[in-house]
Amino acid sequence: METLTYDVAHLFAGGMVLVSFMLLYQDRMSALLNVFALHAAVLSLSVAWQAYVQDAPHLYVTASIALVLKAIVIPTALRRIVRRLDIHREVETAVGIGVTMLGGVGLVALSIVLMLKVTAGVDPLGRQDLAFALAVILLGLLMMVTRRNAVSQVVGFLSLENGLILAASGARGMPLVVEISIAFSVLIAFFVIGLFLFRIRERFDSVELTAMHTFRGDRS
Amino acid sequence: MIETVLPYLGVLGIPIAAAAMLACIPNYRISAQINTVACLITLIGAASFLIVKPDASTLLFIDDLNIVFIVVNAFVGFTTSVFSASYIGHEIESGRLKQTHIRFYHAMFQAMMFGMNLALIANNIGLMWVAVELATLTTVVMVGLYRTHEALEAAWKYFILGSVGIALALFGTTLVYVAALPVLGEGLPTMAWTNLIVHVARFEPALLNLAFVFLLLGYGTKVGLVPVHGWLPDAHAEGPTPISAVLSGLLLNVALYAVLRFKMLMAGNAGAVAPGPLMIGMGLASLTFGAFMLYRRRDIKRLFAYSSIEHMGIITFAFGIGGPLANFAGLLHMTMHSLTKSAIFYAVGHIAQIKGTQKIDEIRGLTQSHPLLGWGLVFGVLAIAGLPPMGIFMSEFLIVTSTMARDPWLAIPLVAGLLVGFGALLLRLNTIAFGEPLGSNAPCEASYLPLYCHLAIVLAAGIYLPSALVHWFQAIALLLG
Repeated sequence: METLTYDVAHLFAGGMVLVSFMLLYQDRMSALLNVFALHAAVLSLSVAWQAYVQDAPHLYVTASIALVLKAIVIPTALRRIVRRLDIHREVETAVGIGVTMLGGVGLVALSIVLMLKVTAGVDPLGRQDLAFALAVILLGLLMMVTRRNAVSQVVGFLSLENGLILAASGARGMPLVVEISIAFSVLIAFFVIGLFLFRIRERFDSVELTAMHTFRGDRS
Repeated sequence: MIETVLPYLGVLGIPIAAAAMLACIPNYRISAQINTVACLITLIGAASFLIVKPDASTLLFIDDLNIVFIVVNAFVGFTTSVFSASYIGHEIESGRLKQTHIRFYHAMFQAMMFGMNLALIANNIGLMWVAVELATLTTVVMVGLYRTHEALEAAWKYFILGSVGIALALFGTTLVYVAALPVLGEGLPTMAWTNLIVHVARFEPALLNLAFVFLLLGYGTKVGLVPVHGWLPDAHAEGPTPISAVLSGLLLNVALYAVLRFKMLMAGNAGAVAPGPLMIGMGLASLTFGAFMLYRRRDIKRLFAYSSIEHMGIITFAFGIGGPLANFAGLLHMTMHSLTKSAIFYAVGHIAQIKGTQKIDEIRGLTQSHPLLGWGLVFGVLAIAGLPPMGIFMSEFLIVTSTMARDPWLAIPLVAGLLVGFGALLLRLNTIAFGEPLGSNAPCEASYLPLYCHLAIVLAAGIYLPSALVHWFQAIALLLG
């Protein structure tokens, strides 16, 4: 039983890293949003498994928030934004996909080596989760810096947040207050992002961040 | 339960109630007054902690360290609300903002005060993180208030960088919890400062080290430390000026407070790396970078934003050096910087409104055209540049001497940075304040009270520090290790 719980937790957390990689090489916006929904769904499974293993019912709440909000509501809303704003259907990258993938592999190796080294005293279940979570966080960051388009940057940020929740759920008994508020913060964050996207649309007829970079403040 | 919450009603309940109320009031004159009154009550609530210190609960607490921050926070919040009332009146008249914007603005202002106060008195590292995020989000929407091209870009940049910073801080927070888990067990008390600091010696050092790196980078983004400072100048320059004042004067301090708390944790564990060198490095980088960047600025609000980066660098450096004297100087510098920088922004806000521009080239001879405002700015800039007898001179002097005593080599880049910044500010001040007046000479309906009130305190602190205050700060400096 012990090895089974371990293996399943490992499978889900590892699955998230894998889906993070899939996010990196998507070149169409709709596909990107689908993969993000998958990312959130895997997160939800992983958190639910942790809830079962740790016998912590409050984690089921976190899991269902992840499933409903991040796997269904947010991708749907983003799809609508993309359609309504008539954004380019291609994901525009600042760095080539091959280079990004190589960078991603490096980041995953880094986080595994680093986390396994410093978490020697932690129980193995949480240990794996933390290592994978750091990898997901770093991959999210990588995605944010290598994308030009505002929507795909937002997806990068949301995948990063997924990594944070993976870490928090792996930390045994981390209080409920925090998890609910994390979910809540994501909601607010998304609200703000949505607001921004609409305003940006209002002003520039484009959600391309490069279109915004005409402004350099001091150089005029 | 009631007894544990009641003492905090003034600093938490009032802002949240005021935020709800202000969201419903359409008339901006009335809402500006309510905003000021709410900030005044918050200030009284914060000051009451000086007299009666409430008992710590698992979520909220007051100790010697955060009481300084909360009093400064409430005080500058109050004076800013006074300044904001006259600033907003002008924006309505000139048509840059509409009544509906103001409703939103005032509600967000109070929500921000709530977030910052909660972050300062939270006894729980998770709750503190949530509060910092709340304060960030409210300031993001206020930076974008004008909805111009530049304001939206600034707000977007602030939002993205701020969110990433805050995400890293949350990971660090989780790691601290994981480190505390074997010692303190599961549950809410494991995240309380009061428990963590007692038992930190038995935590796993390697985990704490990693956590601190994330926390320093994460909260450091909010402090505006180089190299994660990118959002700061834009957010200061493009938002409404009262927000620039609270960003520089308060929000940076709140983030710094978080860094200091975790630094205390690190210092309590013998096996963990010393946090000092990291903070010294980032502090010196910010100081040097900020000082050099001052030379090429053409926008007046941007100029003082870079000056904030410089000063946050100095403060981080001082706390990095550590020891009773440097910590004392750092605390004093932080307080003085909050007061002076917000005073400068009060002056700059009115100046930009009169002249209708923020370009330094188009502002000249203020001491002739608007003597009260012009001289206020001159005093403010001289104070921030570190000229005696202002309070900042004293704190900078203390920082330099304590560095000399501890590590003379570090004093060289420190003094060099200070001098570079000093030169840049005087150079700019010369053209702004003196010479032939340029641009609009419209009379100014400014409220000078907040501006001169801050400057008077800074001047008084430079000449004479009451011994009670000195003892108080010394006690905190010892606490900081």
